[in-house]
Amino acid sequence: MVTVLIAILLPFVCAALIPLLYRRLRRVTHLGWFVISVPFILFLLLARYIPQLAEGKTFIHTYEWIPSFNINFTTYLDGLSMIFGLLITGVGSLVILYSIFYLSTKESLHHFYCYLLLFMGAMLGVVFSDNLMVLYTFWELTSVSSFLLIAFWHHRKASRAGAKKAMMITVFGGLSMLAGFLMLYVASNTFSIREIVANVGVIRDHALFTPALILILLGAFTKSAQFPFHIWLPDAMEAPTPVSAYLHSATMVKAGIYLVARFSPVFGGEAIWFWLVSVVGLVTLFWGSFNAVRQTDLKALLAFSTVSQLGLIMSLFGLGSVGHYYGYGESSILYTQASFAALFHLVNHSTFKGALFMMVGIVDHEVGTRDIRRLGGLMSLMPITFTIAVIGSFSMAGLPPFNGFLSKEMFFAAVLAIRDVEAFSIADVGLFFPIVAWVASIFTFVYSLILISRTFLGKLQPEKMDRKPHEAPLGMLISPIILCLLVVGIFFFPNVLGHYILEPAMASIYPTFPTTSELTPHIYAWHGINTELLMTLGVIIIGIVLFKTLKSWKPLYRIFSQKYTFNTFYNRMIEMSENGSEKLTRKYMTGNLTHYFVYIYVFFVALIAGYFIWSDAMTFHFDRDSAIESYELILVFVMIFAAVWMIFAKGRVTAMLLNGVLGYSIAFFFVIFRAPDLALTQLVVESVTTALFLLCFKYLPDLMPEVPRKRIQWSKAMISIFVGATVTIVGLAVVHYDRFEPVSIYFNDAYELAGGSNIVNTILGDFRAFDTMLEVVVLLIAGLGVYALTKLKPRKEEADHEN
Amino acid sequence: MKINDVILRTVTKAVVFIILTLGVYLFFAGHHAPGGGFIGGLVLASGIVLLYLAYDIETVHKGMPFDFKKVAALGVLLATGTAIGSLFFDVPFLTQAYTYIDVPIFGKMGFSTVTIFEAGVALTVVGVVVTIILSISEDE
Repeated sequence: MVTVLIAILLPFVCAALIPLLYRRLRRVTHLGWFVISVPFILFLLLARYIPQLAEGKTFIHTYEWIPSFNINFTTYLDGLSMIFGLLITGVGSLVILYSIFYLSTKESLHHFYCYLLLFMGAMLGVVFSDNLMVLYTFWELTSVSSFLLIAFWHHRKASRAGAKKAMMITVFGGLSMLAGFLMLYVASNTFSIREIVANVGVIRDHALFTPALILILLGAFTKSAQFPFHIWLPDAMEAPTPVSAYLHSATMVKAGIYLVARFSPVFGGEAIWFWLVSVVGLVTLFWGSFNAVRQTDLKALLAFSTVSQLGLIMSLFGLGSVGHYYGYGESSILYTQASFAALFHLVNHSTFKGALFMMVGIVDHEVGTRDIRRLGGLMSLMPITFTIAVIGSFSMAGLPPFNGFLSKEMFFAAVLAIRDVEAFSIADVGLFFPIVAWVASIFTFVYSLILISRTFLGKLQPEKMDRKPHEAPLGMLISPIILCLLVVGIFFFPNVLGHYILEPAMASIYPTFPTTSELTPHIYAWHGINTELLMTLGVIIIGIVLFKTLKSWKPLYRIFSQKYTFNTFYNRMIEMSENGSEKLTRKYMTGNLTHYFVYIYVFFVALIAGYFIWSDAMTFHFDRDSAIESYELILVFVMIFAAVWMIFAKGRVTAMLLNGVLGYSIAFFFVIFRAPDLALTQLVVESVTTALFLLCFKYLPDLMPEVPRKRIQWSKAMISIFVGATVTIVGLAVVHYDRFEPVSIYFNDAYELAGGSNIVNTILGDFRAFDTMLEVVVLLIAGLGVYALTKLKPRKEEADHEN
Repeated sequence: MKINDVILRTVTKAVVFIILTLGVYLFFAGHHAPGGGFIGGLVLASGIVLLYLAYDIETVHKGMPFDFKKVAALGVLLATGTAIGSLFFDVPFLTQAYTYIDVPIFGKMGFSTVTIFEAGVALTVVGVVVTIILSISEDE
């Protein structure tokens, strides 16, 4: 299945092309028109496989990448990855269309679209990879591209801070997830998720199973902004609105949910998985909706509402995992419908939240503010935007005839059904689930009303607005209108979505169940008067009452002191670690070269001499050594003389020339010992470094005669003697060292293997060419470093980047 | 103080050619005799540095209008390029190939992809050494 491979690679290739195209295209048209073709083509390519997936087929394609480490580029297209693939490309197309009208051509569009395509490719890589290591790589790449996109307007301090926070938290989670993956690898001896799922019975008893579960969940929770890691998402709203709509509500934040869904066949039957996922999800649901009510910035409100909705989906997957505990049976649909509702709400959330974000972007763009204290009365001025807001908000609040109503009802049904489960001693706290869900839904209803009424109803306050408000251009409205049509369309034809998209995904979540068609409930908009419907009615009535009396209970929020929020805790932690590392670094990075030499040499002696003593390798045999010739003795004395003189030399140039004497003498030794390659290299290197030193010394002041204290002088002398002794003794001992297999055997066949009779060069260019290649790269980096340090000094006026 | 460098310049004119020739010779000799990309590059670089010492930067730059940073970059590109190139022939990364071809006049000669790799090494060495020396000496 090469399509999936293309789907992952195409965005990366196009991202690389953007810098080339940008200069040509910027005069002609908006860069977005080129970029939009990528997700659109991929959406069509993927959509072609929907009918085949609905029949229960899956597609797998393996490209061997590093087979020696079990790391292969395996793409796997099944129902679950299809949902995400369609969301990424579908919402991606709409968001890029929207961004064409949202971002003016004066912005650095080539950066923006380059990052966006990078993200798209990485995200597709996450959902289509079967190999854990490949998945992890793409996972971190989404964090990086999210960082770049949040900081797109990097002249703003808040943007940079938000980007840093998002990066810190998601990468922290990503690293723990990596540890979890490695533990899974130890337990299962494979990186392939499909193979892990197939061997889950064996893995379950492994000691690392539970630690792996917790670490992987940490990765999922941080990425999907679950309580208490949700704090990065509101700050990430500093990004341009298309980015918020795409990454921070529709796709990237759902990567954690994807991970939970993907791993439910592995961890699903565990009590700890059930409790962690469902309770953390429910707490997030409540906390997000509770906090959304008090926000005054429209985007912050939507951010908290996204946190809350992600918690809802997460908790549904937790509830659905009970199905794995019981296995396939008569009543399994009671529990598996929770997972179904999760998938359904996942799609619904992307539609209505995407529309709402775009709506807020339009308001921000046309009015100049998104502070609800300055907004109001826009209904008559922006009727289409108002309609979009109403459809999106009512769907979010769970009202008919919008798709949010259907999934909210299913959510209520799932939390009600969980009361009767006997496993994991759920029955003891049975009422906890429905009550939290219901209370959180009331707050959801309240903030949905706030969103509409504070922006569009009430009195217009033109004096508080930066611009004269008017309806947005058509191009900006197309994308949210399409999403709103989907919101309504899914309500009327939910089972089309259920059959073609959600049912194959159910098969991925419950792979051991023989049929999935009975796991897929038929979705009805009207199912008679039952508890779920009464709960919804209760939400509406109490929600309206709370909304009307908002002023009287809002002071409640002040009870929570600013001192004890998670944000202050996070900031304190960052500050402490920064100060701590600075203190530690300052302790040993003194700026004094002598100190650094002391560290290097003490470490060297301790490690090398220590190892030789510890491993008892200090054995000497002089019987096989050749006799020492007189001219060798002369050279040795010359070197000793030069070395001792160097210590007492008064000037830098003298010392450097004496150093040269040492170098050339070594070259002589190479000649005597018949190593012409080394001798030649040593000679030239010595000449070039001498020239370099002479150049540098021109800029240095004269050598100051310093007379340090006796004790320091003696300690330096001791270190020098130890270093010299170590080198000498090790040099003598290694001749007979035989602890390792000698690696030099194949050098004997250099002519046959590498076609060269100069063995030194066949080692450099063939046997160990990898070393040489990287050395060349290091050399270039060092050269550019010297160039940058000497040439590119910061200009004074640019020193202050803060604004 | 103005140093009288007539002798240095006169000697340099003759010696530089010898050094540069030696560098090229060492580069090609590397396969079967002492020499190779690194040492060849180093000798070439020392020749160029000698030119800079004897003459001023502008004069030398007129004769050799290269940006030595780009020379170094080209070298790295060659070295990594041959490494990646082997992947297109479905052999492991960095596999080197060699063959013998009968060339008129010279007779049987060996050709190897190692030569391209070594050329990359040599160009990087020349580029980096000259870049470092130029940046330090041009520094105010």
